Amino acid sequence: MSLDNTNGKLVRMANQIATFFKSQPEAERIQGVATHINKFWEPRMRKAFFELVEQGDAGFDPIVISAAAIIKRPGGPAQPSEASEHIDSAMLEAGFSD
Amino acid sequence: MPLISEIDFGTPASRSEKMVTLTIDGNEITVPEGTSIMRASMEAGIEVPKLCATDMMDSFGSCRLCLVEIEGRGGMPASCTTPVAPGIKVSTQTQRLKDVRRGVMELYISDHPLDCLTCAANGDCELQDMAGAVGLRDVRYGYDGDNHVKARNDGAINIKWSPKDETNPYFTFDPAKCIVCSRCVRACEEVQGTFALTIEGRGFDSRVSAGMHEDFLSSECVSCGACVQACPTATLIEKSVIEIGQPEHSLVTTCAYCGVGCSFKAEMRGEELVRMVPWKDGQANRGHSCVKGRFAYGYSTHKERILNPMIREKISDPWREVSWEEALAHTAAEFRRLQYQYGRDSVGGITSSRCTNEETYLVQKLVRAGFGNNNVDTCARVCHSPTGYGLGATFGTSAGTQNFDSVEHTDVVMIIGANPTDGHPVFASRLKKRLRQGAKLIVVDPRRIDMVSSPHVKASHHLPLRPGTNVAVVTSLAHVIVTEGLYDEKFIRERCDWSEFEDWAAFVAEPHHSPEEVEKLSGVPAEEIRGAARLFATGGNGSIYYGLGVTEHSQGSTTVMAIANLAMATGNIGRPGVGVNPLRGQNNVQGSCDMGSFPHELPGYRHVSDDATRDIFEKLWGVTISNEPGLRIPNMLDAAVDGSFKGIYIQGEDILQSDPDTKHVSAGLAAMECVVVQDLFLNETANYAHVFLPGSTFLEKDGTFTNAERRINRVRKVMTPRNGYADWEVTQNLAKAMGLDWNYTHPSEIMDEIAATTPSFAMVSYSYLEKMGSVQWPCNEKAPLGSPIMHVNGFVRGKGKFIRTEYVATDEKTGPRFPLLLTTGRILSQYNVGAQTRRTDNVVWHEEDRLEIHPNDAELRGVHDGSWVKLMSRAGDTTLRALITERVAPGVVYTTFHHPTTQANVITTDFSDWATNCPEYKVTAVQVSPSNGPSQWQVDYDEQARQSRRIAGKMEAAE
Repeated sequence: MSLDNTNGKLVRMANQIATFFKSQPEAERIQGVATHINKFWEPRMRKAFFELVEQGDAGFDPIVISAAAIIKRPGGPAQPSEASEHIDSAMLEAGFSD
Repeated sequence: MPLISEIDFGTPASRSEKMVTLTIDGNEITVPEGTSIMRASMEAGIEVPKLCATDMMDSFGSCRLCLVEIEGRGGMPASCTTPVAPGIKVSTQTQRLKDVRRGVMELYISDHPLDCLTCAANGDCELQDMAGAVGLRDVRYGYDGDNHVKARNDGAINIKWSPKDETNPYFTFDPAKCIVCSRCVRACEEVQGTFALTIEGRGFDSRVSAGMHEDFLSSECVSCGACVQACPTATLIEKSVIEIGQPEHSLVTTCAYCGVGCSFKAEMRGEELVRMVPWKDGQANRGHSCVKGRFAYGYSTHKERILNPMIREKISDPWREVSWEEALAHTAAEFRRLQYQYGRDSVGGITSSRCTNEETYLVQKLVRAGFGNNNVDTCARVCHSPTGYGLGATFGTSAGTQNFDSVEHTDVVMIIGANPTDGHPVFASRLKKRLRQGAKLIVVDPRRIDMVSSPHVKASHHLPLRPGTNVAVVTSLAHVIVTEGLYDEKFIRERCDWSEFEDWAAFVAEPHHSPEEVEKLSGVPAEEIRGAARLFATGGNGSIYYGLGVTEHSQGSTTVMAIANLAMATGNIGRPGVGVNPLRGQNNVQGSCDMGSFPHELPGYRHVSDDATRDIFEKLWGVTISNEPGLRIPNMLDAAVDGSFKGIYIQGEDILQSDPDTKHVSAGLAAMECVVVQDLFLNETANYAHVFLPGSTFLEKDGTFTNAERRINRVRKVMTPRNGYADWEVTQNLAKAMGLDWNYTHPSEIMDEIAATTPSFAMVSYSYLEKMGSVQWPCNEKAPLGSPIMHVNGFVRGKGKFIRTEYVATDEKTGPRFPLLLTTGRILSQYNVGAQTRRTDNVVWHEEDRLEIHPNDAELRGVHDGSWVKLMSRAGDTTLRALITERVAPGVVYTTFHHPTTQANVITTDFSDWATNCPEYKVTAVQVSPSNGPSQWQVDYDEQARQSRRIAGKMEAAE
């Protein structure tokens, strides 16, 4: 997998996290990876992450694959069409309150 | 608003707790044992005449002016060198003393010019004051004969006379006015610790000399200004005072350069800044300064400063100057359009670590409340984000544990990946002072930095590790401490989780962490690792100071944890003289992190997923805050390249020059539809901007900065913003243009909001800071005076957490194509991307970035000192001139990144810290070869930059 595109970087980043937690006590490993990604990865990164996991051959470390089960699936509006329903100028003026 | 005058007690305060009572001129006074009679007098309100004494340094006893008489003792001892004794009766004014002092003054003045009216020190001259104090009315010797004053004596050349030395850009040295009190020489030794000055000759031939009779600029002088401050005459004086005259009022403010956060008096005449003088009551700097804070403020009035807002449709268009209203309305409309078109998460912001806490707070508030997402980040991403992560995980707070005063109590200092003499010079001076008193030093750094060996400083151990092997070396230090039983079991049992310690101890004790094994990959001799570990564990109070050489690696966060483990294992936490001290890069990088600049954290380091925290802000702001983390800077750029991130508001940061892998950054910026840059100058990032909002300098606004020791210091406005608005006002106006109902009338109201929402700031307010001078957070009901030292009775997180730190080699590896390792850093006279310092006279010390290369590597490649070389990595190539030096080990090259033409970050890669995405600036595999001139990239870049800086209706700048 090329490292020069965003997906390639995502795989590398996940595997780097896994590498750290691999050296931790066994009970903490999978939870550690999942917590880290939940805490720091923005929804569209997690969305791309799940697509790569489901694709199956992205090159993730096995711990990352195991952690995927407890990584939060991004919900929420990410598509422009959905977002446009949420955002109109009146709401922008009021600050968001959706 | 008067000129703040500080009392000079003549000699330093005594630390003794034993008190002594004596009588001075009939006044009974009680002072600590060891206090000088001079200081005791001053404390009693009696100023004994003096010239060579000042409380910034030890007494010297040379001027013979401060004589006193003591009942029952013969002679007239110097009050500066004579300590107090119980029951003595001191007279500071008798006929005998008056006669002797007047005679001494008469001799001084007989060899001093009488141009007082036209002298630059007129109104601020201690010699003049003392002549007045002792009642000098006549100089019986006349002014002829042997002297240092006149260029010619009776037509013949006067060999004792020397011309003015004006080589330093900021101050002059006029030997004709020198009274050889040695204050400058002693300031250079005792305060700065450089030893650049000396007294040459003896008797009447004595004179002050920079180095070996050199001029100041060619000498080892680092232009810290301590000698200028110490000089009682006009011999050493600021050129700005010569040009402008004496200041008439002053305000105390905080330097806007590095994370030391020095306090200065901004001395003013009207709205013109006459000079910056370090403030003795400044708790971070204790009256000392460096060349940047003291002198390099000229950028604030530099002709390239942009004072009007500008917009353009495409980045290939010239800029068009517009009104503030138009610029802000345009920006607001663009962000709305982008969010409508591409979704709420398609825009974000970057807060500035150079701006105030209040300004940073407003930018993250604008993103969270106005943009409705958490896409906010700050430059700490690229410097100390691993510190936040690592110390948060082990100790429970994302900050250093000590104050700077702590260094006065340390016995063994370990510096890892930091170069304090260049990056944090005022701290370095304080550290050197402690080392001269006998504290021991361990340096872990690939380069032989100045701290390894400089006058009166010699490291006991220098561990010149291969870049990228920090975790291995620090874990190996722990291996020695554990396997040799040098750990502090009592401390660990009390303060940490014992079973976690046992797990960690078993881990570090594994044979592959032994110094002998680690030597193979780090290149550090095993005996040095063992020696350093033993010294640190057994040498008394052990403190660790570290910098970006720790954090800017693939394993940056892991190294921070390893450092925390080391401090806990040796019991070096929770009292003066010990601790883990990150040396923060920018003036307010600590503050910007505290203020919720990270995409996953609200102010006070509280995760956005925490309902209770969001609730506090949601109620106050009247909005719903996203509970999902936002994008970090590198993620924003990735998302931009992928097409889902379209607009960014960047306050006071130059990501194109400072962030790694320039080509990726420029591709990301180019892919956005609305890039808004708020800065003093058209920086490199502005080449890709559509809106430029002019920023204000730290002299032009009120606010606070938080330094590396968590100290909240006031920034005070001393002049009107030349661009019309302080940066917090610009952000507020942008928020208003976007429809938010913000009505702050003063930054103090923003601080009140911070205090109301953030427990660690609960007691902070401008009135409280006025009263206290400064406080270190946490500052709340539990710690009303602030917290100089953290984790005193236990860790913030409860029990200190030991975490296993396995070394993993970085993916950035040398090979046949790129056989050398490049590491980057900074130098004393320049700051960060140089946007400020390059626009001051500091360029005389560093007009270009150079590539440091070992003589062996240079010879192998046919590279000569000063010749152009091509520097290549897998990310890109650039050219710069070589500097051949043994400071770098064979196989390692080094450069700074202060100049945009060098483009050092074209070379650095997009590898980053596993936990925080902090870029791996410190390790890049490169090749070096001779070159004829700039690379094609540099040529293209220059042209693009030139084109993008055009302003419609204005001639292109000549330079």
